[in-house]
Amino acid sequence: MPDRIVLTVNGHALSVERGMSVAAAIMTAGAHCRTSVSGELRGPLCGMGICFECRATVNGVPHSRTCQMLCEQGMEVVSQ
Amino acid sequence: MRERYDILVVGAGPAGIAAATRAAESGKRVGLVDDNFAPGGQIWRGAESASSDIAASWYARLAKARITKLQGWRIFSQPAPGVLRAERNGDYIDLGYDKLILATGARERFLPFPGWTLPNVLGAGGLQALVKSGLPIAGKRVVVAGSGPLLPAVAAYLRKHGARVAAICEQASFSRLAQFATSLVTHPDKLQQAAVYRWQTRGARYHTSCRPVAAHGQGELESVTLRKGSREWTVACDYLACGFHLVPNTELAELLGCAIASGNVKVDEWQATSIPGIYCAGEPTGIGGLELSLMEGEIAGYSASGQTAKAGVLHRKRDKLQKFADRLEATFALDPALRELPQSDTIVCRCEDVRFAAMAQSSSWRAAKLQTRCGMGPCQGRVCGPAAEFLFHWRAESIRPPVFPAPLSGLTEKAQLHTV
Repeated sequence: MPDRIVLTVNGHALSVERGMSVAAAIMTAGAHCRTSVSGELRGPLCGMGICFECRATVNGVPHSRTCQMLCEQGMEVVSQ
Repeated sequence: MRERYDILVVGAGPAGIAAATRAAESGKRVGLVDDNFAPGGQIWRGAESASSDIAASWYARLAKARITKLQGWRIFSQPAPGVLRAERNGDYIDLGYDKLILATGARERFLPFPGWTLPNVLGAGGLQALVKSGLPIAGKRVVVAGSGPLLPAVAAYLRKHGARVAAICEQASFSRLAQFATSLVTHPDKLQQAAVYRWQTRGARYHTSCRPVAAHGQGELESVTLRKGSREWTVACDYLACGFHLVPNTELAELLGCAIASGNVKVDEWQATSIPGIYCAGEPTGIGGLELSLMEGEIAGYSASGQTAKAGVLHRKRDKLQKFADRLEATFALDPALRELPQSDTIVCRCEDVRFAAMAQSSSWRAAKLQTRCGMGPCQGRVCGPAAEFLFHWRAESIRPPVFPAPLSGLTEKAQLHTV
């Protein structure tokens, strides 16, 4: 298996090391995860799957908890 | 083929690993279910290859033990007595058990202050978890703030990975910490660990009686204003890692009816909860750190599998560690002045964007939920609940299923029964 994998974050290709979480990839790309109900941009808070601030759309599935997901080759990640 | 585990352990942090490993020594069928992508919990996250001797020895025991490991599954409901339902990426399984050991760990306590919802303001453990899962931190300026023994540990970890730690801000006073340090003479290993962290974070100021009063930035964090006494100053930074010690994850225990005392799951000397056949170990019984979690896990594993003599041998050691936990709690008790951190327009509930002023008009947690929707979002009050408890002296009320958000189909449809 290759040590690096390529995914897209908001349409931009990003090459990351295998084992990186999707939340870490979003932060590395300088993107936010979601927009709050009053319009604030949000990024990860707890890093352990309880706060739900890291929700984003992954491969078309909204509300994916990106801090508990590993990056995969060809994954499409979009801020929500 | 069996349809039940003799012993099911929920949570694969240190307490869960110790519980499952010791229970498996009895020859009983043991299952270990955890919602992260690898075992180790928060403290040993990403530690499998290079970490402490203590982690390595437990990972080795875990690898050798006959345990069914279910990684990445998150338990969210109890469809029938003795059965728990778990979800992973839209799939469901039901896990049956005769005895259950809850080792669900703890989370950080977050307190709201202006700017705390900006991207790149994270928990202290939160930022560490992101770095452990690949976030590059080399050359980044970080302020570590809040409270608890986690702060120097996180600061040391981040610095080791190339971060420039600008300041460490602990809300507890110097005199409290000095008393705590003096009491550690009976735990020389912990004193040595503290000295190591201090050395690893040399150059970064460790401020006591210090708190973040505002985070600033347009769209993302640019700087943070800190206060110590009457002095305020602003530090430019890329990340603010801020958590105010820990709160136990008691939601699943509460859902199953286990009695709670002072916010912790109530257990007897065998780690048995108030519900027959359900045990609890580690942080949910009270924040006590790694060694106590391991010890409680071992006792729970032995007790649940009928190896009571082996469990009894560990009681004295556990009691000594419990005294350390009691001191920990007293040392890092929150300064009442932290209640002044939020301004009237500061968001307290991040899921529903409920601001301090709206919540302050309510008379109870229940009233606030009904009137403002605070605590009604996907985190189900795990972030704003402990904050509201501190800010307004409210107690959260009964837990309702599911303990984590799940699609309706996960509650109504039958799940596949996991065969052992």
